[in-house]
Order: sequence, then structure tokens, then C-alpha cells
Amino acid sequence: MLTIRNLAKSYGATRAEKRGRVLAVDDISFDVTDGELFTLLGPSGCGKTTTLRCIAGLEMPDEGEIAIDGRVLFSAERGVRTPPNERRLGMVFQSYAIWPHMNVFENVAFPLRVLPRGQRPRKHALSERVERVLSVVRLDHLAGRQATDLSGGQQQRLALARALVLEPPLLLLDEPLSNLDAKLREEMRFELKRLQRELGITGLYVTHDQVEALAMSNRVAVMRDGKIEQIGHPRSVYEQPESRFVADFIGTSNFIDGTVERCDDGVYVVQTDGGVLRIPSDKHYEVGQAVIVAARPEHIELATNLNGIGPNVWRGRVEARAFLGEVVDHVVAVGPREIRARCNSKVSIPAPTEVTVRFHEEAFSLVPTGD
Amino acid sequence: MSGRNLIVGLVTVFIAYLALVPLGFLLWQTFTRGGHPTLAAIRTAYSQSGLGTMTLNSFAFAGGATAVAVVIGTGLAHLVVRTDVPFKPLMFAASLVPLIIPGILHTIAWFFLLSTQIGVLNIHVIHPIFGVNFNVASVHGMILVEGLHLTPLVFLLMVASFRSMDPSLEESAIMSGAPLRTVFWRITLPLARPALYAAILIMAVRTLESFEVPAVLGLNQHIFVFTSQIWTTLNASPPDYSTAGAYAMALLVLTTIGVLWHNRISKHGRAYQTVTGKGFRPRPIPLGRWRWPATILILAYFCISVLLPLAILFYASTQNFYAPPSHYTLRHLTWGNYGAAWHDPLVQHGLKNSLILGLGTATAVMLLAAVASWIVVRTKVRGRWLIDNLAFLPLTIPGLVLGVAILTIYLRVPWLPIYGTLWIIFIAYLTRYIPYGMRYVSTSMFQIGRELEESAQMSGAGWFQVFRRIVLPLLVPGFVAGWIYIVVVSVRELGSSVLLYSPGREVLSIAIWEMWRNGQFPELCALGIVMVAGLVVLVGVAYKLGAKIGVREA
Ligand SMILES: Nc1ncnc2c1ncn2[C@@H]1O[C@H](COP(=O)(O)OP(=O)(O)O)[C@@H](O)[C@H]1O
Ligand SMILES: [Mg+2]
Repeated sequence: MLTIRNLAKSYGATRAEKRGRVLAVDDISFDVTDGELFTLLGPSGCGKTTTLRCIAGLEMPDEGEIAIDGRVLFSAERGVRTPPNERRLGMVFQSYAIWPHMNVFENVAFPLRVLPRGQRPRKHALSERVERVLSVVRLDHLAGRQATDLSGGQQQRLALARALVLEPPLLLLDEPLSNLDAKLREEMRFELKRLQRELGITGLYVTHDQVEALAMSNRVAVMRDGKIEQIGHPRSVYEQPESRFVADFIGTSNFIDGTVERCDDGVYVVQTDGGVLRIPSDKHYEVGQAVIVAARPEHIELATNLNGIGPNVWRGRVEARAFLGEVVDHVVAVGPREIRARCNSKVSIPAPTEVTVRFHEEAFSLVPTGD
Repeated sequence: MSGRNLIVGLVTVFIAYLALVPLGFLLWQTFTRGGHPTLAAIRTAYSQSGLGTMTLNSFAFAGGATAVAVVIGTGLAHLVVRTDVPFKPLMFAASLVPLIIPGILHTIAWFFLLSTQIGVLNIHVIHPIFGVNFNVASVHGMILVEGLHLTPLVFLLMVASFRSMDPSLEESAIMSGAPLRTVFWRITLPLARPALYAAILIMAVRTLESFEVPAVLGLNQHIFVFTSQIWTTLNASPPDYSTAGAYAMALLVLTTIGVLWHNRISKHGRAYQTVTGKGFRPRPIPLGRWRWPATILILAYFCISVLLPLAILFYASTQNFYAPPSHYTLRHLTWGNYGAAWHDPLVQHGLKNSLILGLGTATAVMLLAAVASWIVVRTKVRGRWLIDNLAFLPLTIPGLVLGVAILTIYLRVPWLPIYGTLWIIFIAYLTRYIPYGMRYVSTSMFQIGRELEESAQMSGAGWFQVFRRIVLPLLVPGFVAGWIYIVVVSVRELGSSVLLYSPGREVLSIAIWEMWRNGQFPELCALGIVMVAGLVVLVGVAYKLGAKIGVREA
């Protein structure tokens, strides 16, 4: 449906940093399939917004090609540059960009009113379409309200209604939830997901919030410095990060440096300074190669009975703990390093206590060295 | 403590004296005769023949010039802030024109460009193309020239407004499928409405107050507006003070309505603020194929508003007798006018008096404003709002009206014999520029944390020491900017001066006015060029010091 090929965009150097242009988007390619919610996830400044705006047409890429359903919107090579108002895409802005001089109805009606003369619906059809989309986002009772009098969540839904009223093939969302408070954000997350699924909308979603990305998306592309680090389903990106950056950015990880000792049937035996770890992985590493073991704290178990150590079972001492409500975080010293373990709230071990640290196999992923 | 009260009291009384006494006198003068209340003056004033035309002219002039300035200024501001048009710095340079070319010079330059007899543009451009001349000495001409002079002010106001607008409001309209034209009319302009209304009112008031344009272009053709009517009434022999007062009252009522209305709007404007708090990067909209036309528009505006007037003034200053440029005149240039102007006693008086008045007024205004706005912003003295309002009041008084009022006072008051001295002009300037001084100082005053002052007080300093050692040094940047601005505007001032000067007490703008009336055009232009150069230096220094003067003028 949406095809991005070798997209690149740089910005002119600002006066402060005279030399060198900023490569905001650096040669990225991906596809979004029909009906899916595809998320660009990454820290702030990694080029998500720029990518989205290039697709919207609000920014002119330097290189690459953008096509929707075979319709080429932009191609540097072929010199195709469809202006943004002719791309027929829906977009929800971070600031919602609700027009304060119009009421709720007029905000949503605007895209219909500016259609080319032949396609513009008549008065009756127009209000019918506006009311339909307003009821989808549950704002139909507020149609006459001045847009500025809406609450944050309502403005958010209004922005969504306005983006949807033309039934665009692709909906672009730039951090749409980041201006809401935590409680509302969670609510809207489900609401958005429900709408997207029920209406069968194809969406390209931009966020720096990993929880949001994992909860909502069908697929996630993790971005870093203008490049895509990894694309995959939320679960696989979380469970099988392919780089230290992804493992670090999504969720929390303990990073343990090690060397591959041998490999038996897809289970690598890695020697680390804290002990030996046995790690299943379908990636290929040479014997003797330096690797990084990323271990998720929620799959690390602590026990106060001190019998049996070996591969994946280490000995350590609790240094600190933090009660976080649903879970209890422990910091455990193992040799020269500290391991973070996240236990359910029944396990709460005071410092300093000698403990057994047991790594479950799901805790692990093996990533190459370098960051 | 008592020292402080004494100063608060003195400042209040002095500002009240400056702001209220002229108005009171004007009322008294207009509505009494021989100590008895009467409407005779009003009756005389408004039964003169030609009065209907005068009123109509005034409104046509105000409405037309406002329309010209607002349309051009808003268009340019939108291009500069929201699109990728090139040569943006040029527009900001052009926006300084009203500061560096005094109104009277600007008007005279346009007379040389567009008069039917000697107008260069008429001879070389308009007549060859359209077969007729554009007569600048008409209401249309006055509208055009005043409009061009006010355009930069609208430009600066609207630039500020467009800059504070979240660009995603426009982008979301583009994404909705609207073409750029629709976005401008349906989104951008309505969002800028408060600023637009404010600009319209300010420009209307400015035009009603304007004396230079109606005097230079209208008087000879007997086209009168309020200001030129007042001047004519006072220049008749014998001068008719009460009739002039009656016209002045009418003008005052109009401008006061405008200013108060504007203040109401700017308070309401807050509700319209759309900025969501997240910082946004200005993203200029690509103009695409409209980029070239827009570029030409911008360059044309720069030529018309900056290059043409300056070029014609400079050209005229090099001629023995003024004649439109031709092969002959361009081969017979002279610098003699500069020497002649320098030796002209009128210019020498003007230079000396303008220097004295400019520096004196600026210093006095800024000192007074510093104390007054410190009282308003920083103390809890009861009645401090009174100082604030009193200091704001002169903003509603047109220069010429103030001139009439001050003239009548000091002609009548025997115990303050300042009529015929520089002091009377000084008082007029002081009154006119107090509001500007207040604005410059109070803006920077708000930026000084109260803790700074309080900590100084805790260390045992008296309030005067606090003011001198803490407040004043921190105020210096705003103070300097305001000071330079007031020097600049005092040197150009014509409206009050033209009623208050006497032989030997001329200022530079009066020298130009007199030369204009005597037909000494080349010498006038030489003086004008030198004046412009001086103002460029002053404004340049202000900018070097980081002061964005000009924007505050509104
Ligand atoms: N208009 C611009 N001019 C110059 N640099 C920009 C501009 N917009 C974005 N950038 C730079 O491009 C990079 C990517 O920005 P952006 O796409 O906004 O990141 P994100 O949305 O992921 O936070 C950043 O380094 C940012 O500073
Ligand atoms: Mg962003």
C-alpha cells in the first residue's frame, strides 16, 4: 500500500553549526500493508516527524520515492512532486491544529468544503458525512460547540474526525497522544486502536513512547539517527532485538559483555565476567566472537536459598530495591557488575542479602558488540 | 520613606500636568467665551463652507491610506513569515524607512516622483504607458503616499502576529486538500484577525493625525483634512484659536475612539491565542511556481518604498534648480546645495535646536518614564494605576492638537513666559513621547525579577539606592533603545512644532517645511539626505546594541 524507497532528507546547516547539513532522514525504506498500523518509534530527533512530513508532502525529500497503491507521490529520480493538498492523506498533528475560529462541525466540514467544485457534496450530504464521522469519534453531541472549548481528549478526537472525513487511504499520526495526561493517554490508546481496526484504516503512527508503540501497532520500525534499526512485530522487536540500541530503547535490559565459547544446536555458551550463560539464538556468531548479552529484568528470578550455581544461575547480593507498585525492582551485585531484576510484588528482598540469580532463557537476546 | 512619597507625588503631579492641562485648556478654550459657556466656536467652525468636503476628505484619506497600508503590509508579512520567498532581510530593511525618512521628506520625494508637472514617474513611466498622468496632489495621491509610509508599521505588526501562529494550523488545512490560496483566506487571515483589526485602527488614527501628507500635497490644491484645516485656521490673520480648538476637539474625539477601541481589541485578542506551548519551528510553505512573481513583488516593493524616494531626493540635491532628470540635468550635477544648506541660518538654527531638543527630550522622557514605570510596575503605592493611565493619555492626542492646546495655554498664562522659546516645544515633545518611553521601560522592568530588588533591600540599601544601583543598570538596554527611538522621532516631529516654533527657534523638520514653502527644493533635499544619513547611523547604533526599535512604534 505505502511504499517508501531510499528516502533521504537533510536540512541546511543552521548558523550556529555552520558546517555540514543535518541528515534528518538517511536512506530509509519500508512498506506499510493495507489495514495495518505501522509505527515509527525512536528517541526524539531521530527523524520520525521528518519522515512523516515527507510522506505528507509538507517536506521535500532530497532522495527516494514515495508511492501509495502504485500512485507515485514523490520520486526524486523521475521528478514527481505531488503537492501536499493533492495527496489526499489524512493527518493528525501533535498540537491537533484545531482551528479556533470554527466550531466543531465546521472544523470537520472544512476538507469537504474545499473539495474541487465537481466533487463537493451538497449541503445535505455534507452535514450527513460530517455527522457520521463525528459520531464515530463520539463528538456528535458537541457539533455546535466552539472548537476551543473542547477538552484535550475531545480536541484529539476532533482532529481525528477531520483527518478521517475524506476517508483517506492512509492516515498519518504524529505523536497524537503526547499532549494528553497519562490517564487519558491510555484511554485514547485503546480508542484509537479500536477505531483503526473497526474502520480498517491504514495508519502510519509516529511516537517516541515505546509502550504506546508496542500496545497499538501491528508492526514497528525502530529509528535511530535517521536510519531504521529494526522492523518487526511488537513482540519480536521486544523479544528479539537485533542491536543493543533496540534492546536498550525498548523496555529495559541488562547488558553483559561476553565471548562465544561454543554453540550447541542453536544454544550459545557465552563466557562473561559474571559466569557462563546459555543463550538460545537463531543468529549466527563465530566461536570466540565478542558479543553482548541483553537480559530482560522481568525474566530474572531472585531466590534466597543459596543452593546450586552454574550456567544461568549466579550468586549475588542485593544492593538496593525499589517498590514500584505492581513490581519490585532489585539491584543485585554480581561480581563487578550490577544486574537489575524485576520481581512480582510478593518478592521483596532487603539489602544486603546474598541471593541466587536465575536467568530464564526468555530473558536473553544476543546482539553484536558496538552500540 | 517620605523621600519616596515625595517623588511619587511629584511624578504624579508632573505627568498629570503634562497630560491633563492641555486637554483641559482646549476644552475651556473651545466651549467658553469671556468666561461664559458657549457653543459659538463649534458653531463657527462647523458652519464654514467646505466643511462637509473637509470631513469627507478626512475619512476618505484615513480609510484609503489604511486600506493601502494594511493590504500591502499584511501581504508582505505573510510572504516573509510563512513562505520561502527570497530576499527576506530586504523587507526588514525596508521596514525601517519610516524611522529614517521623516514623513515630510517622504512626501516631498513622492511629489517629485508623481506630480503632474515634474513627476519623474509620470513623465517616464505612467504617461507613456497609460497616456494620462497620476496627480499626486489629490486625495488619491495623499492616500497612496500616506499608505506607503504606514505600510512598514503594518508589516511589523503582522509579522509578529504571523510568527506567533502555529504553522500546523495552516498545514492541517493543506492536508485537508485546500490549495494555498484557500488556506490563506479561510485559515490564516481569520486567525490573524485580532492583529489585523488592531493594525487597521492604529493606521486610521495615524492617518487622521498626519499633517505632513495633507500639508505638502493638499494645501496648494485646497484639499483640506482636519489637520491641515487646523493649521490653516491658525495661520489666518488674525489666527482663530477657538475655531481651531473646535476642529482639534473633533479630531481628538475620533483618535480617542480609535485608540480605546484598539485597546479593547488587544485585550480580547488573548482568547484567540492558539499556541499550544510546544515550541514549533517555522516551516515556510514552498511557493512553487508562485515564487517568481512573489520575488518580483518583493523587489518592486523595495524599489518603490526605499530606492525611488531616496534616489529622487539625492538627485534633486545635486541640481541647481529642480528639473526632472534628463540627459542635460544628469550631466550638470553640483554639490553646492550641501554647502548652501550648511550656511543657511535656518538650517544652522534647526540643527542646533533639533540636537538640543532631541537629546533633551529623550533624556527627560526616559528618566521620567523610568521612575513612573518603576512606581507602576514595582511598588504598591495606592493610585499607581493613575500614573499608568495618565502617562498613556497623550497617545490619543494628535501632535497638531497638542500643539493647539499648548499654544493656547502659554499664550494665556503670563506667569510661565515660555512662548517663543524652545521650552514650549520641549514640553510638547515631552508630552508626546512619554507613552513610548513608558512602554520601553516597563517592558524591561517586567523582566527584572523582584527578588533582585528585594535582596538588595535586605542588604540594607535604601529605596533610592536600590533604584540607582540595581534597577537602573538592569534597565539600561531598554533605556538606550527607548532613548534613541525618542531622539529619532523628536528630530522628525512636525505636527506640534509647526504650531509652536518662532523665528530662531526652528527645528530641522521645520527647516524642511519652510524651505518647501519657499521653493528651495535642491537645498531642502541636500538637508534631507544629510538628515537621513544621520538617522541611519542612529538606528544602526540602536540595532548594534540589540534594540529592536521600530516594532514598538505601534
Ligand atoms: N526545519 C528544520 N530545520 C533544520 N533542522 C531540522 C528541521 N526539522 C528537523 N530538523 C532536524 O532533523 C532531525 C530530525 O527531526 P525530527 O524529524 O523532528 O525528529 P523526531 O520527530 O524524531 O523527534 C533533528 O536533528 C532536527 O533537529
Ligand atoms: Mg517529532
